[in-house]
Amino acid sequence: MIVLGIESSCDETAAAICRNGKILSSVVSSQLIHSKFGGVIPEIASREHEKLLNQLVHESLEESGIKKDEIDAIAVTVGPGLAGTLLTGISFAKGLALGLDIPVLPVNHLEAHIFANFLADPSLEYPFVCLLVSGGHTQLWLIEKMNHYTLLGETRDDAAGEAFDKGARIFGLSYPGGPLIEEEAKGGNPKAHHFPRGLMGKESLEFSFSGLKTSLLYFMDNFQESDSVKKRDIIASYQKAIIDTLVEKMKRAIQKTNVKTCVIAGGVAANKSLRETLESSLPTIRILFPDLSYCTDNAAMISYLGELKANAGESWSIDFGVKPNLKLA
Amino acid sequence: MIFESNSMDETQTFAHQFAQQIPVGSVVALIGNLGTGKTTFTQGFAKSLGIEERVGSPTFKLVSEYEGSPHNLYHIDAYRLDNGLDFLNIGGEVFLIPKEAVTLIEWADIIKEILPPNTIYLTFSRVDGNPNGRRIILDGLNEND
Repeated sequence: MIVLGIESSCDETAAAICRNGKILSSVVSSQLIHSKFGGVIPEIASREHEKLLNQLVHESLEESGIKKDEIDAIAVTVGPGLAGTLLTGISFAKGLALGLDIPVLPVNHLEAHIFANFLADPSLEYPFVCLLVSGGHTQLWLIEKMNHYTLLGETRDDAAGEAFDKGARIFGLSYPGGPLIEEEAKGGNPKAHHFPRGLMGKESLEFSFSGLKTSLLYFMDNFQESDSVKKRDIIASYQKAIIDTLVEKMKRAIQKTNVKTCVIAGGVAANKSLRETLESSLPTIRILFPDLSYCTDNAAMISYLGELKANAGESWSIDFGVKPNLKLA
Repeated sequence: MIFESNSMDETQTFAHQFAQQIPVGSVVALIGNLGTGKTTFTQGFAKSLGIEERVGSPTFKLVSEYEGSPHNLYHIDAYRLDNGLDFLNIGGEVFLIPKEAVTLIEWADIIKEILPPNTIYLTFSRVDGNPNGRRIILDGLNEND
């Protein structure tokens, strides 16, 4: 089966072709712009989505060597995301599906992120715990099989990626803050200052990062570099507070569910210190870190999940609309 | 009008009272640095509309829409945008003329050139010598001018 996937839930537009579980092509707007405009990446958005979709779909077909009339179905993101940009993608997908006389399947963006882990590592097996940790999400999921997902915990305020971004701002670094904080923290002493961990009680699987951000803000009010404590020590300490919280929650989730595999998805998964701390804290657990290209917003995961759903015999009709607040379970 | 808050609870109580006073269709600009209470305010505001969901700042997804009573809430975070054009590019204009809703915009100063003329402004700042103290300056709400 050949499925075209379309993603436009936020400020990136993407198209991909999946055939029998293999991704033949996957194009994301920023890459396209990057090559066409020689390195300048303008803000991409709904009106931009509109201009780009046609181009992206053509690009994905060309790259995969698939002809338009060979596509069996179209999968498109219906939510969660921005109503305006989602609508652009859905309208385009429906129009193309009607023209080609093929079905169009609504896909949940969060569910696609979870299934992207199978794309990244085909040896992954159920059940597993997935920590989805990015600029927009901090969630712990128990994944037992398709359509059987349990939310174990999520953040009550800021996402972990946001804690990095806002911390970076306080330190005078730019956006996005994660990679910059990681770089600056190198060689710093992570024990220089103890920032609070938002652990929310002994057994809770919920997260909270806003107290940490405020605590950093107050600390930096009176902070002056000295011979014994440098700014990089504080950055390292701040990073450690975020990582310790994520690792502790993951440990609790493993204990609670008794699963043997966990997956770290989302942009924050790229943090090397997080990887090392998890691996040393959970030596008996198989920990997977999917390649970053599968963690960021892309259409490969949309086409892949679309094909899985179609093969599972899920039926659909064309009269679905946008679901900006769609949940996973 | 200037409101002095000594705790997150007080900021939320202020938000609750504020929510009861402003008309449906209002656009409220929340301006202030990190950790000055913009999200805390929004949480109190949402509670006042009977919204049970968790309210965090939508820095990454830019807009959160909540169903409330007697009207809905659009919560916008302009933090990672560069200017008003960026906001219009994601179809943002529908949130500047909210129907059956009120729009709260964090970091609204970034997109100030496209805010409607009747926007209500709340400026948040910290109070020297009182770590939990916050000053909120209200501008643009007629009854209180």
